Amino acid sequence: MSSYSITEPSSRQKWVAGTLVIAYAVITLLPLVWILTTGFKSPVDAIAYPPKVLFEPSLEGYVNLFTTRTRVSPEQLQALPPPATWYEEIVRNRDMVIAGPSRYGERFLNSVIIGFGSTFLSVFLGTLAAYAFSRFKVPLKDDLLFFILSTRMMPPIAVAIPIFLMFRTLGLSDTHLGMILLYTAVNISLAVWLLKGFIDEIPREYEEAALIDGYTRFQAFYKVVLPQAATGIASTAIFCLIFSWNEYAFAVLLTSGTAQTAPPFIPTIIGVGGQDWPAVAAGATLFLVPVMVFTILLRKHLLRGITFGAVRK
Amino acid sequence: MADTPIDRVAKATPPTVAAKIRGLSDRTIAWLFVAPTIFLLLAVNIFPLIWTINLSFTNFRANRPTRDVEYVGLRNYERILTDGDIWLTMQATAHFLFWTIALQVLIGFTLAWLINRKFKGNDLWTTLIVLPMMLSPAVVGNFWTFLYQPQIGLFNYGVSFFTGIDPASFQMIGDVALAPWAIVIVDTWMWTPFVMLICLAGLRSIPDYIYEAAEIDRASKWRQFWTITVPMVLPFLMLAVLFRGIENFKMFDLVVQLTGGGPGSVTELTSINLKREAFEKWRTGYASAYAIILFVTVFGLASIYVKALNKVKER
Repeated sequence: MSSYSITEPSSRQKWVAGTLVIAYAVITLLPLVWILTTGFKSPVDAIAYPPKVLFEPSLEGYVNLFTTRTRVSPEQLQALPPPATWYEEIVRNRDMVIAGPSRYGERFLNSVIIGFGSTFLSVFLGTLAAYAFSRFKVPLKDDLLFFILSTRMMPPIAVAIPIFLMFRTLGLSDTHLGMILLYTAVNISLAVWLLKGFIDEIPREYEEAALIDGYTRFQAFYKVVLPQAATGIASTAIFCLIFSWNEYAFAVLLTSGTAQTAPPFIPTIIGVGGQDWPAVAAGATLFLVPVMVFTILLRKHLLRGITFGAVRK
Repeated sequence: MADTPIDRVAKATPPTVAAKIRGLSDRTIAWLFVAPTIFLLLAVNIFPLIWTINLSFTNFRANRPTRDVEYVGLRNYERILTDGDIWLTMQATAHFLFWTIALQVLIGFTLAWLINRKFKGNDLWTTLIVLPMMLSPAVVGNFWTFLYQPQIGLFNYGVSFFTGIDPASFQMIGDVALAPWAIVIVDTWMWTPFVMLICLAGLRSIPDYIYEAAEIDRASKWRQFWTITVPMVLPFLMLAVLFRGIENFKMFDLVVQLTGGGPGSVTELTSINLKREAFEKWRTGYASAYAIILFVTVFGLASIYVKALNKVKER
């Protein structure tokens, strides 16, 4: 059907709208581009005036991110055998030697363990609860759902006071398990709300047919409903993962050594006279790029998910 | 239920544990499925909340757990509500809330409206615009202190490029007058996409035929905008404001990394102030009372707001 539609914007309107949106996008992405590029600048280029757009790429930031270094006198440096690796050479050029690995690797690994652990738990428990809320008559259902949602209204610092005391009593302070349980509790409210929406959309007839075929309710749940809800479960998982990945307030208050995640660690990367910006940018890049890639690849599901919780209630 | 061959076989064989689980009634399954979630929320949310309420009537200090704890009645509450510094904190929070929400609604709605013109490639650009809100506020906030540096910072350079002001002449996070705006700018940068996405969902929910009918009635585009677009998007917009309001009332990570509450205490939002009391001064009892007051405030305001929202929806 080819016809003139009065609700379709004219091509001039589209052109103007497109230009404005693209202009906004370019400006809004500049800080992110700056993080990516600063990681590859030498310390001198990073703080040059005017800010350098074109520069000679250097891996010094990444080397500094992963190592701790000590300054040595020129005589000592002379006495050392020649540098064995390219990164040692970069460090030697600054009159320093590598003293050992930095803690960034550990912190990053903690983020991965806690992020995936809590995501798995919240999606697992959330799917069960969402299914029950969607299909069965649960007493006080609306109150329970509101209660689950209202737990998100508390400022994290307010919750952190008793959690801090509780973890100290139970020996969960600064442990992976403690952080996983805590993030699961925070995430689960969102998970239940999102998943209930996805499961509500699956026609009940599918399960009823399965029940008539002799499946038990439990079999019907995992053989019929779960595969149908897979996309919804996946996008809920991404949301939970992003939350745990980005969380800072609980992490900074409840972890210090063994279980500290990357967000409280990255701002503490310091060099000579303040923050070592290329190293900070390098650490931030490695930490942020996975989320950016995820967002772009999974945009259809993610964007739906963001508005989904909002549009339903 | 019909006695199928499977049922007969099932009855004939002794029930194993697995069979017992599979054969559970709907009610038991419902209970089993909901219980872990409720238990977790009780343990990590409600129990701590009750504990906080209890602590708020004491002079307990978490850094001296062995000291005797005295019940002091409502003294903590009294001290908070009569403390002038806390009112300054509230003012800083109100400034932050008002301006971030106003700017995000304005820019977010405009962007959504433009994207809804359905120009070519709008999908990709929408995704790119959304990127900042997906990232870690603490990590990004920390990097913004670099962008805000006088002279070498990209932000100051950008301002000087467009206005001609000397980039070394102003400090966004060191200046008492500018710091409250520095946090508003970064929060707006980060969260405008959220408002935009919700507005976009609202705009896309308006069926075309309403505009077609208006067109037949010869309503001007301006009139269509104010009588169709705005009222239809309003419930969505109000929801976005609710979410942003709650989130920014709780704001901690981004601002603590950007300004740490300074200079002085001009950007010391309630959460930052609370953190100081609880984890730096270790006045646990006092901080607990403070936390309760904040929670009641958010909860109360949110409930009133949701009532208003439902009225708008019914219209």
